[in-house]
Amino acid sequence: MPRKQLAKFTVPFLQILAPDGQADVKLDPGLPDDTLLALYRWMRLARELDERMLKLQRQGRLGTFPPNTGQEAVSVPAAMVMEPGDWFVGAFREAGGRLVRGEPLRAALDYYNGWEEGNVLPDRDLHIMPNSVVIGCQIEHAAGLAYASRYNKTGEVAVAFIGDGGTSEGGFHEGLNMAGVWKAPMVTIIQNNQWAISIPRSQQTASETLAQKGIAYGMPVMQVDGNDPLAVWVAVTEAITRARKGDGPTLIEAVTYRLMMHTTADDPTKYRTEEEEKQAWEHEPLVRTRKYLEGKGIWDQKREDALGAEVKAEVDAAVKDFETPHSWDQDEPFRHVYGTPHPVIEAQHREFLANLERGTDRG
Amino acid sequence: MAKLNMVQAVNLALAQEMESDPTVLVMGQDVAVDGGVFRATEGLLDKFGAMRVVDTPLAESGIVGGAVGMAIAGLKPVCEMQFSGFSYMMMGQFEAHVTRMRSRTHGQLNLPMVIRMPFGGGVRALEHHSESREVLYAHQPGARVVIPSGPRNARALLVAAIRDPDPVVFMEPKHSYRAFREEVPDESETLPIGKAQVVQEGTDLTLISWGAMMRPTLKAAATVEKERGASIEIIDLLTIAPLDHETIAASVSKTGRCVVVQEAPRSFGPSSEITAVINDKAFWYLEAPVKRLTGYDVVTPYFGREKSYLPNADQVVRGIVETLDA
Repeated sequence: MPRKQLAKFTVPFLQILAPDGQADVKLDPGLPDDTLLALYRWMRLARELDERMLKLQRQGRLGTFPPNTGQEAVSVPAAMVMEPGDWFVGAFREAGGRLVRGEPLRAALDYYNGWEEGNVLPDRDLHIMPNSVVIGCQIEHAAGLAYASRYNKTGEVAVAFIGDGGTSEGGFHEGLNMAGVWKAPMVTIIQNNQWAISIPRSQQTASETLAQKGIAYGMPVMQVDGNDPLAVWVAVTEAITRARKGDGPTLIEAVTYRLMMHTTADDPTKYRTEEEEKQAWEHEPLVRTRKYLEGKGIWDQKREDALGAEVKAEVDAAVKDFETPHSWDQDEPFRHVYGTPHPVIEAQHREFLANLERGTDRG
Repeated sequence: MAKLNMVQAVNLALAQEMESDPTVLVMGQDVAVDGGVFRATEGLLDKFGAMRVVDTPLAESGIVGGAVGMAIAGLKPVCEMQFSGFSYMMMGQFEAHVTRMRSRTHGQLNLPMVIRMPFGGGVRALEHHSESREVLYAHQPGARVVIPSGPRNARALLVAAIRDPDPVVFMEPKHSYRAFREEVPDESETLPIGKAQVVQEGTDLTLISWGAMMRPTLKAAATVEKERGASIEIIDLLTIAPLDHETIAASVSKTGRCVVVQEAPRSFGPSSEITAVINDKAFWYLEAPVKRLTGYDVVTPYFGREKSYLPNADQVVRGIVETLDA
């Protein structure tokens, strides 16, 4: 009975686009110009929406929300390489990806201003799951969606997102384990943005990488530079291709940084330094992508200004629409407790309407 | 028509629904090759294959969370929690998603899924295998909690649960699994979810129970009827949530007296809610206070003491007599 090594694992890393906008020529996927321009445009639009939402929130015109500034290069390229029918299973920091998949700009505004209407998609077949505010649950949902894809032979792939903090949750592990056992067509992307509110990555897990957690569940893993949209593009494309072929799930760790607060209710100055944030801004994805486009001769200041005006106008229009007075019924929740009527709910519905009618004049 | 026990009745419902609807699948721990630890899913693997009868990893949250995804993608998963005592591992999924998905999306995403679980005491089992915690699920808006009491209504309600467009927690009283047999028709039948059943009409007192407690309840009623000549109306709740207020209120308005028999601990349980409903809807008809015969507010003891802690027919008889004489 010798002592021997039974298994040995490695965690590959991929970066294609350096912070200075230089791409590794051997690794550059050579995306067509119009694809690259669309990629940059989506990222700019997501940033514009984020910045506007922060202003609206600070002015009391929007509720609490989790900004996604700095993480656009994760969800945007991932959403772009998905096919129609694939499931976008977000946590709550994938604003860019949601737009790419067809969610209207207005939806985030409604959702974060306290209206379920923001979850109602223009078309159910867009296959965008609602945000999962409870951390980790969505990985199990994705495993089930992917199982159903195999069951119905639809070829659909479920692409799920989670944060670095989420990798400590049971749902993450149960979901990945099941996906592994089921050989489910699923891609899980960890947005490792270094912070789970105030808990740094180093306090979240003693694992050297987050990617390696997938090895335990029998799936290929990769760590990528999450501020490099080309690396994310390539890694997710490979993973989706594998999933669609029937070769099972993949775990990708995208290393990025949460440049803003956790949510607008959070104050990061309590737990991290300005110096750290300043350094992180030097690696953010938009500037890097712009330099890359300029290097290819397909971008310049004039086009940048034009795009800036364009995305601003788009967000302006969404905000205008959002702030146009609407008359959504207060009693809507009573219509959706069950799909079929029940006298208990109906009686309370009548009670609610009567209370609404009577008003709140006396406070 | 065959004489079946409750396990066989559950098996029949699953087999027939899987036969008639290719989107129905069964998933859980040991449900396929082993046929379930109570054999409720026996034979299904051979008939329907491993894609539709899924032996899952040991992960209650994963099972229910996975079922959420499957249901959204058009399947009708019937999950088995091996014992209700292990089901709390999936409570996060249940509260955060199972009960909310319809409301969250204004009906765009609904979850036609069933979570089956054996529950309750009386079978001399290990710790965590004897509790009655139906109220944990019943308290969550959007949940439906169904508890059959015998083979025939178990089959009919499970069929209804599988066909329901919304999630149903289907709690099977394991003390009744093999306790008795009933004629169960071959052709599929359903019972409406959300509706209690008046299993015997009467005029002097309303006796309400559900699940495994229906047996001591029925026995006690027969005893009092024989000894006192009292006319007792008996209600089998069948659905705990949402509760059938109408049937309860109509009966108590007629009889003026009510006894509720519940295996679960007394405080904050279904019997408390039933009493409150009577207070709201039939208070002025009451001739006596509503009597509750329940489990105690203690941690469920191991089976060495179990019998002393479960409500029995003698207690129910005393409760009925006290309420009749009050």
